Amino acid sequence: MYFAWPGKLKRLGVVGLNQRNGDYISQLNRRSDYPKVDNKLITKQLAVDAGIAVPELYGVVETNHDAQRLASLLAPYQDFVIKPAHGSGGEGIVVIDGRQGRLFRKASGQLVTLESLEHHVGNILSGMYSLGGQPDHAMIEYRVRFDPLFKDITYQGVPDIRTIVFKGYPVMAMVRLPTRSSDGKANLHQGAVGAGINIATGVTHHGVFNSMKIDHHPDTGHAIGGHAIPQWDVLLRLAAGCFELTGLGYLGVDVVLDADKGPLILELNARPGLAIQIANGTGLAPYLRKIERDGNPKASVEDRVSYVERTLADTPAD
Amino acid sequence: MMKWHVLVLAAMLMLTALGIAGYKWQVLGYPVKPDASIDTWLVEAKLSFEAIGGATRAALNVPVDPPGYTVLDENFISRGYGLSTESAGTSRRAVWTTRRTAGSQALYYRARVVRSTEPRPPEGLPALAKVPEYEEPFGAAVLAVLDDVRARSADIFSFATALVMELNATQPSPNVTLLIDGANTAEEKAALAVQMLASARIPARKVYGLPLVDGARDIQPRTWLQVNNGERWQTLDPLTGAIGLPDDVLLWWQGEAPLFEVTRSRNAVAQFSAIKSVEPALSTAASRSRAEQASLSKVSLLDLPVQTQNLYRVLLLIPLGALLIVMLRNIIGVQTFGTFMPVLIALSFRETQLVGGVVLFTLIVALGLTIRFYLERLKLLLVPRLAAVVITVILLMALVTIASHRMNLEIGLSVALFPMVILAMTIERMSIVWEELGAGDAIRQGIGSLIVAAACYLLMFHPQVEHLVFVFPELLLLVLGITLLVGRYTGYRLTELRRFRDLAK
Repeated sequence: MYFAWPGKLKRLGVVGLNQRNGDYISQLNRRSDYPKVDNKLITKQLAVDAGIAVPELYGVVETNHDAQRLASLLAPYQDFVIKPAHGSGGEGIVVIDGRQGRLFRKASGQLVTLESLEHHVGNILSGMYSLGGQPDHAMIEYRVRFDPLFKDITYQGVPDIRTIVFKGYPVMAMVRLPTRSSDGKANLHQGAVGAGINIATGVTHHGVFNSMKIDHHPDTGHAIGGHAIPQWDVLLRLAAGCFELTGLGYLGVDVVLDADKGPLILELNARPGLAIQIANGTGLAPYLRKIERDGNPKASVEDRVSYVERTLADTPAD
Repeated sequence: MMKWHVLVLAAMLMLTALGIAGYKWQVLGYPVKPDASIDTWLVEAKLSFEAIGGATRAALNVPVDPPGYTVLDENFISRGYGLSTESAGTSRRAVWTTRRTAGSQALYYRARVVRSTEPRPPEGLPALAKVPEYEEPFGAAVLAVLDDVRARSADIFSFATALVMELNATQPSPNVTLLIDGANTAEEKAALAVQMLASARIPARKVYGLPLVDGARDIQPRTWLQVNNGERWQTLDPLTGAIGLPDDVLLWWQGEAPLFEVTRSRNAVAQFSAIKSVEPALSTAASRSRAEQASLSKVSLLDLPVQTQNLYRVLLLIPLGALLIVMLRNIIGVQTFGTFMPVLIALSFRETQLVGGVVLFTLIVALGLTIRFYLERLKLLLVPRLAAVVITVILLMALVTIASHRMNLEIGLSVALFPMVILAMTIERMSIVWEELGAGDAIRQGIGSLIVAAACYLLMFHPQVEHLVFVFPELLLLVLGITLLVGRYTGYRLTELRRFRDLAK
C-alpha cells in the first residue's frame, strides 16, 4: 500500500504537521519562550539554575577573533563536542572523541586538523547552521560517554532519547540510534533509527528506519526491542521538569544517558518532529486528548510523572 | 473560537471579492475574457450653413444622458467660434458664437457612446402643460376620443398606447379623422398626441432619436412620444404604439425646441452620421464607469500610467504564486529551497519563457554549484563565500548572454532577468543540502523547486488569470480568504499519507 487513507490515520490518532503546528504548537508555545530552547546557551543556563542535569559547557566562541584562541580553549580536553547555539536538526554538530598528535579524531574515525575545526567554528559564527542565517555562537561542551546499554544497537555517535512533553506530561518517547547512513547523528531524517519506548515502563519495542518499521538495527543486526532503559523515572522527571523550565506546552526533550552522570538534557525542541509516532506504531492524538482531559496545570513534576506511570502504561505493543 | 473567527473572516473576504468582481462584471461590463471586445459608436452631428456676415450664433441640441447609452466622451469642433453649452431642464444645447464670419461654415459635435444597461435614476413628475383650448368642433372631438380611449385603458401608459393606436387606426373614427387632418408623419402624430394627452392632464413630450446604422452618412432623426406616469418616462412609437425605444436608437434631444437655430445664415442644415468601432471591452468598461461616475472606478488600476500598470500587472500575480506555494507546502507537502524562491524564479520565466527559463536556470545553478564546491575547499567565511558566488553567477550570466548572442539565440539575452541573489542563495542552500544529506536529496529538492517554479509560472502567467487579476484586483481578497482557510487546515498533508502509511497497516 502506497498511501494511507486519511480516515484511517485519523482513527489511529496520527497527528500531522499541519495539526501539530495549528492545534498544538501555535496554541501552547508562546513566541517569547522560543529563545529558551532555540538558543542552547540559554537552555543550558536555565537548566543549571533549575538544577537539571546537562552536559558541562567548556566554552563559547562568540567572534572570529575568539576562534583564533580555539587551540588554547580546547587544550585541556581530549574529547568534546562543538555545536552551534542556534542549530537545528542536528546540523553543524561535530563530535571529537580523541586526539592523535596534532589531529583531532571525529566520532566517525576521520582525522581533522585544527584549521578545519576553526573553519567549522567560523561557519557556525557566520550563521550557516542557524535559523534564518543570523550570526551565531559556537558552544564547546562535554562529550557524553554514552551508556553501554545501546552499544549493540548503535553505529557510532550518541543515541539519545526523545520525549514529547505535553503540558508538562511526558506522553511519548523514543530512542534515536545513529546508523552508518546518519553519520553518527541521532536525527531520524538524517537516517538514524528511532525505537519506540513504552512511556510508563521505559522498555523499547520495535524501531523505524527511513520511515519503515524495523526490528533489528540495520548496521549491527541486533534486536531493537526489549531494552529496559535504566533510571527511567529519573529521565521522566527530567523531561517533565523542562515544562517549568521553558513554559512550552508542546515540547521535545532530548536526553542522553551518560555512563557516569546518568540522564542529561542535551537539548530542547519547540517543534519536535512526528516520526516518533511511527517509531511507537501509534498516533499521538489519544494521549494528547487524555492529558487535555485529565491534566492538571498545577500538578507537580512528581504528580505528573506518577500519573504517566499509572495511566499510560498500556502503550500499544509492537 | 479561533477557527470560527478565521472562517467568518475568510468568508467575508471571499464574499466581498466575489461581490465586487461580480458587480464590475455584470453591471459595469468589465470583461472576464482577456480579448473581449465591445461595440462603441462614434456619432457625429454636422451643422453646416452659409453665413451672411456679421456676428453669428449657432445653437445645436446635443444629447444629455440618453437612455440605454453612455456617452464616453464628446468633442465640439469648430474654428474661430466661441463655445458654450447651455443646459435647460432635461435638454442641452451647444452654442457657438463668433463676431464676424462669412461663407460656408461647418460645426461638428462628436460623441462616443456605448450601450449601457445601468438602471436610470427615477425622474420626477414634470410640470403639467396647460390644457390647450380648442375651437369647436375640435374640442368636442378631442373629448369624445379621450372618453373612448379612457374606457379602454387601465393606467397612464395603456391610455397613451390606446390613444396612439386610435390615431393610427386603419379605419379611423370621424372624430379622429377630423383631428388628424392630414397629419401623417411620426412628428405630426406625436405632436397631436402630446396635445391631446395634455387635455387629459397627462405629461407627454416629443423626443428625437437617431437610429444608429454603421457607416450611415445622413441619418434622419425620428420622433418618438414619451409619456410620464409620475415616476418615469415611457417611450412610445407614435405610428405603431409600440412601447419602448428600439435598442439601436440614440435619443438626441427632446421637447419643442428645434434641433438647431442659426442666426444670420442661409441654408442651415444638420446631418448625422455614425460609425461603429470595436474596442477592447476593457478600456470601454473603464471609460464608461468613469463617465457614469461609478465609485469603483476611482480605485481602478486602469487609470495609472502605463508603466506603473505594467508593474502592477506582474506584482498582483505574486499572491497567486504565494497561494500555490501554500497549497503545495501545506496540503501536498512539497519541499522547496526557500519558501517563496520558486515564485521569484517564475517571475523571471515570464521573460525567458518556460523552456528557455528552465534550461537557463539549470545551467546557471549547475555551473554555480561547481564553483561553490571549489570555493568550499578554500575554507571561506560564509558571507564572503556568498558574495563570491553572487559575483561568479553574474559573470556566468554575462558569459551565457554573450555566447547565446554569438549563436544568435535570443533566449540567452534574457538571462539577465534572473534574480541573481536568489540564484546565489539557491546554490548555497543546495550545496549545503548536498553536503549534509547527499547529492540525491539536493538534486531532488532542486528539481522540486524547479517544478514548483514552473507550476507557479503556468498559473501566474496564464493569460486568463493575468487578465482576471489585473481587471478584478479585488479577487486577491479571495486569494487572501483561501490562504486564511488553508492557514487553519489541520488535516494531513498528501505526503504524510505516504509517510505514515506503515502506521495504518
